[in-house]
Amino acid sequence: MFSDYSLSELGAIFAMQGFAGLILFSVFVLMALGLAIIFGQMGVINMAHGEFMILGAYVTYLVSNAFAAYMPALFGAYFFVAMVLAFCASGLLGMAVEWAIIRHLYKRPLDTLLATWGLSLMLQQAFRSLFGAREVGVTIPDWMMGSMAVTDMIEVPINGIFVMVLALGISAAIYVMMYRSGWGRQVRAVTQNRVMAGAVGINTERTDRMTFGIGCGVAGVAGAAFTMIGSTGPTSGQAYIVDTFLVVVFGGAASLLGTIASAFSISQAQSILEFFLSGSMAKVITLLVVVGILMLRPQGLFAMKLRK
Amino acid sequence: MTRTSFLKRDEAVGLAILALIIFVVFPVMLDDFRLNLFGKYLTYAFVAIGLVLCWGAGGILSLGQGVFFGLGGYCMAMFLKLEASTPEATAIQSTPGIPDFMDWNQITALPVWWQPFDSFALTLAAILVVPAAFAFVIGFAMFRRRVSGVYFAIITQAIAAIVTILIIGQQGYTGGVNGITDLRTLMGWDIRPDGAKTALYFVNGVLLFVCLLVAMAIRKSKFGRVLVAMRDAEDRVRFSGYDVASFKIFIFCVGAMMASVGGAMFTLQVGFMSPTIVGIVPSIEMVIFCAVGGRHSLMGAVYGALLVNWAKTTFSESFPDLWLFGLGALFIAVVMAFPNGLAGLYDDYVKPRLPMRRTAPATQPQPAE
Repeated sequence: MFSDYSLSELGAIFAMQGFAGLILFSVFVLMALGLAIIFGQMGVINMAHGEFMILGAYVTYLVSNAFAAYMPALFGAYFFVAMVLAFCASGLLGMAVEWAIIRHLYKRPLDTLLATWGLSLMLQQAFRSLFGAREVGVTIPDWMMGSMAVTDMIEVPINGIFVMVLALGISAAIYVMMYRSGWGRQVRAVTQNRVMAGAVGINTERTDRMTFGIGCGVAGVAGAAFTMIGSTGPTSGQAYIVDTFLVVVFGGAASLLGTIASAFSISQAQSILEFFLSGSMAKVITLLVVVGILMLRPQGLFAMKLRK
Repeated sequence: MTRTSFLKRDEAVGLAILALIIFVVFPVMLDDFRLNLFGKYLTYAFVAIGLVLCWGAGGILSLGQGVFFGLGGYCMAMFLKLEASTPEATAIQSTPGIPDFMDWNQITALPVWWQPFDSFALTLAAILVVPAAFAFVIGFAMFRRRVSGVYFAIITQAIAAIVTILIIGQQGYTGGVNGITDLRTLMGWDIRPDGAKTALYFVNGVLLFVCLLVAMAIRKSKFGRVLVAMRDAEDRVRFSGYDVASFKIFIFCVGAMMASVGGAMFTLQVGFMSPTIVGIVPSIEMVIFCAVGGRHSLMGAVYGALLVNWAKTTFSESFPDLWLFGLGALFIAVVMAFPNGLAGLYDDYVKPRLPMRRTAPATQPQPAE
């Protein structure tokens, strides 16, 4: 399959596909980070994660419309406002859901899965009723349009770079939060030993709620970033949920670094294969390899060493 | 409890009532169109019974039962499609004698793996063997490595996604997103008229009872008890010297075979098979049939499948917007308010008031993890 291309062409193909893969990587990382907190740290299966993402995307859509109507002068900056609002909207909804549903089901993970699936169906229908069944897109600010020419054969889009920078920034922020702050220490303590954490004075219920809320909030930010590279429909979230779970499980559920590494390998494999095979076959092969590896190594790439 | 006969009295009564509903009440009450629709619902009951065995009894939640349902359905559809694609019927194609969608996709010869489906006997064998083999491979790889619970659910869901993408992507070999349509005859017998559909409904009902009895036999055997023990305390069973993985693999294969039989009957009654019935969403809906009926109750699974599908048809006909809200609320309500489903409600509220002589109530099963 390589013989039809010259060496420099192949180089350019790999570079361009590699970059497309990097954008996919950023999307995966953004989606998976929220899930890595919720699933990796709390062990909760949140099937509605995609819908929290889409909520963030719709918030961005609303904010961009509001800016276009009332503050056209500041339009270039709307995205940052939208990001904060998306985080708050998804986070608050997440905390409400934790209070109403999840906290009753911590001991029954498979039931959480079914309940959150039900929640995802309801949210989808709510989006459809509120925003219509058709996909909506936002107007990208001018400074994010266009592309940068690296060499004469390789061009990279600026919105892609922006999403990548955002993904890296949020990963760093979450790393600091989880491993360098008092709150992160509490979260990890509750995860490792709930009873003991409660005994030393950590409010485990509040920690759970905050953790779940922040995980959902990060999903909302991912959704906001998502609008920069694609349009949003009521069922867009569902399309990504399997990928996202595989990324988290493949990386080793409790490891942030593992999540990033697995997002990287899955997205690169998929986008490079996509050029040579059809899109669907590239996806099938990537997923098959991931599932195959998980069957051989169920604990994922980076497993925490612990006694169960 | 002493074992006097295969069925306890209330089980026999329950089976008789179910038989009465399926073989007498529905055919008398419903017109041909509705009867066919209920036949379709009953094909999902096969999956739900398999799930009661895997999930309720064994604690293995598979979110990929749609794959096995689809495998059975596709096996049957391939046989019917080949029968419908005689060289005479397809004379206008550039390659007569192959299914129409292959011709549209510039395929000029029947692929090797389609060829066994010329024979009805081989097709019937494939309906049982193919999903069992597939389930064996998945189960062997995963249960031997002690993958269970949530991880198993996620991986089976990924498998459902893979299979769906594969079927849609390989349009020339599988019919793509449209599936395999325009099925006409089974061994020369036209399956499209109302009379044939009614006959198929009864065949379906009989097969369902066979599955129910097999499942009951499994649950009553020593094997079934080991299975429940495994669900509740896997390590203890393992330390007692049982090979836990083999038990799980076996029950997973049985569940897959039942789903597959249901799929084959689905194809026969509905007249097509498509990837929309294989994917993630239908697979997880199949779990809700089982959960609504009661994850520990085999007969509850049948009622669950009937009730949820009937509600789906009714509500999505009259209130398409509200249906997803209703289904979502049903998921949440079943999990949070009555985890033992309809069967649990029956045990808690109806059974104590029945004027039947009965033995001491059995201990309530706890919801599986």
